Amino acid sequence: MIRFDNVSKQFSGHTSALSDITVEIKDGEFVFLIGPSGAGKTTFLRLLIRDTVSTKGVIHIDDWNISTLPSSKIYLLRRKVGTVFQDFKLLTDRTVFENVALGLEILGKNSKDISTRVLDVIELVGLADKRNSFPLQLSAGEMQRTGIARAIVGGPSILLADEPTGNLDPQTSWDILDILKEIQKIGTTIIMATHNVNVVNELKRRTITLNKGRIVRDEEKGKYHVTIHEKGKKEHADS
Amino acid sequence: MRILNVWTHMRRSPYQTLAAVVTMFLTMLLAGLFFLATIFSSLVLQYFEGKPQITVFFADKATVTDADSLKKTLESTGKVASLKYVSKDDALAIYRQQNKNDPLLLEMVTADILPASLEVSATDPNYLRDLDPIIRKAQGVEEVVFQKDVVDSLLRWTHAVRWVGGILVGLLSLNSILIVMTIIGMKIALKKDEIEILKLVGASPWYIQTPFIVEGGLYGTLGAIVSWMIIMGVMLWLRPMLMGFLGMIPLISTIFGSLTTWAFAGVAGGFLLFLGLVGFLLGSIGSFVALSRYLKF
Repeated sequence: MIRFDNVSKQFSGHTSALSDITVEIKDGEFVFLIGPSGAGKTTFLRLLIRDTVSTKGVIHIDDWNISTLPSSKIYLLRRKVGTVFQDFKLLTDRTVFENVALGLEILGKNSKDISTRVLDVIELVGLADKRNSFPLQLSAGEMQRTGIARAIVGGPSILLADEPTGNLDPQTSWDILDILKEIQKIGTTIIMATHNVNVVNELKRRTITLNKGRIVRDEEKGKYHVTIHEKGKKEHADS
Repeated sequence: MRILNVWTHMRRSPYQTLAAVVTMFLTMLLAGLFFLATIFSSLVLQYFEGKPQITVFFADKATVTDADSLKKTLESTGKVASLKYVSKDDALAIYRQQNKNDPLLLEMVTADILPASLEVSATDPNYLRDLDPIIRKAQGVEEVVFQKDVVDSLLRWTHAVRWVGGILVGLLSLNSILIVMTIIGMKIALKKDEIEILKLVGASPWYIQTPFIVEGGLYGTLGAIVSWMIIMGVMLWLRPMLMGFLGMIPLISTIFGSLTTWAFAGVAGGFLLFLGLVGFLLGSIGSFVALSRYLKF
């Protein structure tokens, strides 16, 4: 279970990225995190992997108070919380197999276990025929699948996805969503930050809407409510 | 697998690797040479310390009676622990034994040119001052050599060698550490993105740091292996001279007497292990400094 208690995050010299956030996410939930750019979605996710530290409040993941987690233990948290990035963050000099295997190598698994598990996960994300390809030989969708495979190969209980469909075409985005849904089925909690209106509206999962660092809506089967700010930007773009 | 990656990374930046290995080589070469000089000087010191405290050399015209007379006078003082007379013939026998492998030296020397001597040891080193005037006044004495003087002189030289060597090796070690630190620092900067990804996917600090530490250590080990080869080559080249000067010391004659013995193989292997470990340690320290300076967790 993930719990934010009155969490605020202020970057030096700037306005608050998050203000007084209190929210609870149960094990196995699939949660969308939506809101306009600068709403605090990425900060929310970064706090969960201690890529940044809250200025106020407490964050718990199960029994861990991650706000006070010592720097030397952060890697243990990141093994529990897998992350999928919008820019994939793959190692370009390693093949798909090697990139995915990284998630197990860091756990000190032996090469036989790594090989078996990695092939299973690569199969799950539909990249079996690309396992010996390097990232630069892949499409954006394939790179994102590789990122997902790497994030789940170690069996994390939580998966964070920061705009995983941000760089992808609609069909590929749906493929990625299908994979995430499969991952949720095995009990993994998924928190996905997205701008993708169709995905949120179609899937009808719990949706937390952030705006200017505050939670403005938290709905069980939420929809993407376009904010006035976004509406204005869209109209400006259309004109 | 990760160690093989380290080797690949070293090969991908050959000039940096060369700079680090050459610096390490120079440091280890000097460290190895001064280490051997210290060992040899200690053996020489031990040898002289184990010798009689006073050696009295007689003039050619002196007779055995002169030596007997001095022996009796010294014995009568009650301050002498042992006395051993070495005649000209005995001296020649000792000389032949020490130079049995050099026929040229054996041909040039006869008993006539070697002095007879009396080796004296006192019951207490403080009595040496009392015995000195007695010996010097004795009939037929040409020269009196106090081993203490020889040992003191050797000690001064040994101290000087150790100081100069220590300072040079210290400075070169510092230089090596700084160069490895700079190279590893550059590699950390080049791998910034990869390190960031490793951190994000949950790699432990140890997992991220190990390849850099091994890389630094390998620079030192490679430098040490090259320096060992050079030092061993020089030692083998100088072996006849070494045996000529220091062959009377049992340990040196055992080790360098024959190159096919286990003693020589053991010493050569042990020396390689010692240099390799010191090299690895120096390189690793350089990496550690770079990691603590440039890689924060």
